[in-house]
Amino acid sequence: MQIQRSSPVYDVVVIGSGAGGGTMVKVLTDLGVNVALIEAGRMLNPAKDFKEHMWPHQVDHRGSGEGGAQYFGKQQWGYFSAPNGYWDMEGEPYTVAPGSEFRWFRSRIIGGRTNHYGRISLRFADYDFKPYSRDGLGTDWPIGYEDVSPYYDKAEGFIGVTGTKEGIRSAPDGVFQTPPPPRVHEVLIKKSCDKLKIPCIPMRLAVITKPTNGRPACHFCGQCGRGCVSAANYSSSQVQIFPAMKSGRLKIFTNAMARELITDGAGKVKAVSYIDKETRSERQIRCRTVVLAASACESARLLLNSKGPGHTNGLANSSGAVGRYLTDSTGYGLAGHIPALENLPRHDSDGMGGSHMYIPWWEWDKKEKDFPRGYHVELGGGFGMPGVGSFHGACRTHEGYGKSLKAAIRQGYGTTIGLSGRGEMIPNDKTFCSIDPEVVDRWGIPVLRFNFAWSDNEIKQVRHMHKTFTEIIETMGGTVLGLRNPERESSGISVGGTIIHELGTVRMGDDAKTSPLNKYCQAHDVKNLFVGDAGPFVSNPDKNCTLTIIALAWRTAEYLAEELRKGNV
Amino acid sequence: MSENSTSRRDLLRNIALSATLGGVSAEAAQHVHHAAAEEKKAAGVYKPKILTAHEFKTMQRLADLIIPADEVSKGALDSGAVEFIDLLSSQNPEMASIYTGGIAWLDRQMSKRYGSDFVTAKDEQQTAMLDLIAYRKNKSPELDAGIRFFEWARKMVADAFYTSPVGIKDLGFMGNKGMAKFEVPAAAIDYAVKRSGL
Repeated sequence: MQIQRSSPVYDVVVIGSGAGGGTMVKVLTDLGVNVALIEAGRMLNPAKDFKEHMWPHQVDHRGSGEGGAQYFGKQQWGYFSAPNGYWDMEGEPYTVAPGSEFRWFRSRIIGGRTNHYGRISLRFADYDFKPYSRDGLGTDWPIGYEDVSPYYDKAEGFIGVTGTKEGIRSAPDGVFQTPPPPRVHEVLIKKSCDKLKIPCIPMRLAVITKPTNGRPACHFCGQCGRGCVSAANYSSSQVQIFPAMKSGRLKIFTNAMARELITDGAGKVKAVSYIDKETRSERQIRCRTVVLAASACESARLLLNSKGPGHTNGLANSSGAVGRYLTDSTGYGLAGHIPALENLPRHDSDGMGGSHMYIPWWEWDKKEKDFPRGYHVELGGGFGMPGVGSFHGACRTHEGYGKSLKAAIRQGYGTTIGLSGRGEMIPNDKTFCSIDPEVVDRWGIPVLRFNFAWSDNEIKQVRHMHKTFTEIIETMGGTVLGLRNPERESSGISVGGTIIHELGTVRMGDDAKTSPLNKYCQAHDVKNLFVGDAGPFVSNPDKNCTLTIIALAWRTAEYLAEELRKGNV
Repeated sequence: MSENSTSRRDLLRNIALSATLGGVSAEAAQHVHHAAAEEKKAAGVYKPKILTAHEFKTMQRLADLIIPADEVSKGALDSGAVEFIDLLSSQNPEMASIYTGGIAWLDRQMSKRYGSDFVTAKDEQQTAMLDLIAYRKNKSPELDAGIRFFEWARKMVADAFYTSPVGIKDLGFMGNKGMAKFEVPAAAIDYAVKRSGL
């Protein structure tokens, strides 16, 4: 393999272009720093890649994929979804230790998972940063809400987040744009929650409802997941990276798979070695500093694969903590049939892509419950665009054929709601990723092996979800139909990795003996190495992680730029 | 069909002529394109890619029985359901065998019971058979293969119908348009709240 060295030395090399990498690129280039961004996938072209507003009948397979792949469970994600990645990638395996179950979602494109994600943007609560102090489990963060709050403000102000001021401690208020009103089923769920004394409030979504930074307001087509050509929702590609490309301070390397960090005699990173996928040759980019934003597990893998004299255990890993403290959110969902919605007067219920309302955690100060921490609830329902699979449930329930089947489908259309819980998993010793010594990917890079185990804490939590969701559905006169996602929750809790909130593998902490990073997400061992994804997270609260990735990356970028200016790194 | 073909031939001749005289007009080119599309539409004859003529006809009859026309809308026959099944089967041997095997099973059952294949049997004989294989409660070694086949046929016919413009209209789906402001009709909220008892 020929090694080519490109000559320029960049102030910062950012590895990965998702929420963390995109924020790094935006903030650093705004501050006048020269950045090289390396991304393992290709450039995104929204005009070509997004299937926004397309009808299933505009393709002859109606969205089921070539040969009806969807019918056989062989279609990755949905045909109409934005290019996003998947749990399985050709040529890029990972392994799972005996007795564990884990699925690792990867994305290989500019924007990473933000091209498609649910846009749910929830601040962590003050108490989320000090979990150990509250219940003696896990570890406190080296920073508090007051450190992150100004960056939540910046992040929300810049990307645009809907919401309302509610004054609920578990769901801190932020800088919000006006949310759209609730859909009919969401009104019912809210009323049901009112009776049960459970809060149900407007969702905080990274979707703009007023023109923001040159982006037009949402047009309420409900198709955020397909990618938004007009960029009314947040994606790092469209909202941060494309604008930064005009700064003259950003150089992008696509199809560049980071292999290893190369250090100098003093133990600092001097270059990033990567595989140029098109030529399968190894190249290096020289840097003053490096930011890993490749996703929590991919960043951990890169550190563990960067071995050298003085760091035979991997780079920035004198603590031995790299790869440890891995968590995913818990997931459990129920579907319910709501007779009150039968023959509901038809109207356009598309709205924003996702819930307009959600249930924040409400028992955060309750002492006598049988599990620690909590969860939030996302709501589904409405008149969805009919697609392949939309009525398989109705066919199975009604059976039969003919006019009665047709009438049943008509009557049942829009009467199914879904409640999905997303809860906190506490780090445990049985859950971590490490390098599998026996397996390499198609570029010869050693792959990750996952160990994963839920504890009793999470099992009891999802039982609470089941009880709560059943109550909400029955209070509105409905009946529980069953699991919302039987394919990944058949054991009563999601398979690890399938909620796609994996984090914590390169955690921050004041003590270099127990944490790889300091409170600025800078490696204790390697002063010019930073992590900008969800690796630094110390805990995985019941709030989806993307907004906090953006806020932390913003904070790290400002600190990094200042340290560069002072000549400290 | 013949009229369209003739006019298309005429257009092509005119274009060939004008090309020799120095260039094809954009309108003329578009006319050809349009005429070709019209011809295809008017012809209306889909050539099955993998199903035999008999299998295709059998699936047409099944599609019409599964989702027939009613007082609200036309049925699955007009939604391209059988073309959809044939196309996907032509790309996927696993799917093809579900249909070819299922139809053969059905014909054999029909000939045992009524002495004719499914598509030529009397209406009441066809529905008597479907009344057996359209319900899981009839599961038995004798019928299991038919029940499994009918589940496939029913769900794929439903997919094709409800993703077609006719099916979308039947359901009353009004979205995929986008709107400047998102609003929910008060009448719809009242309707649901009253019925829910909340």
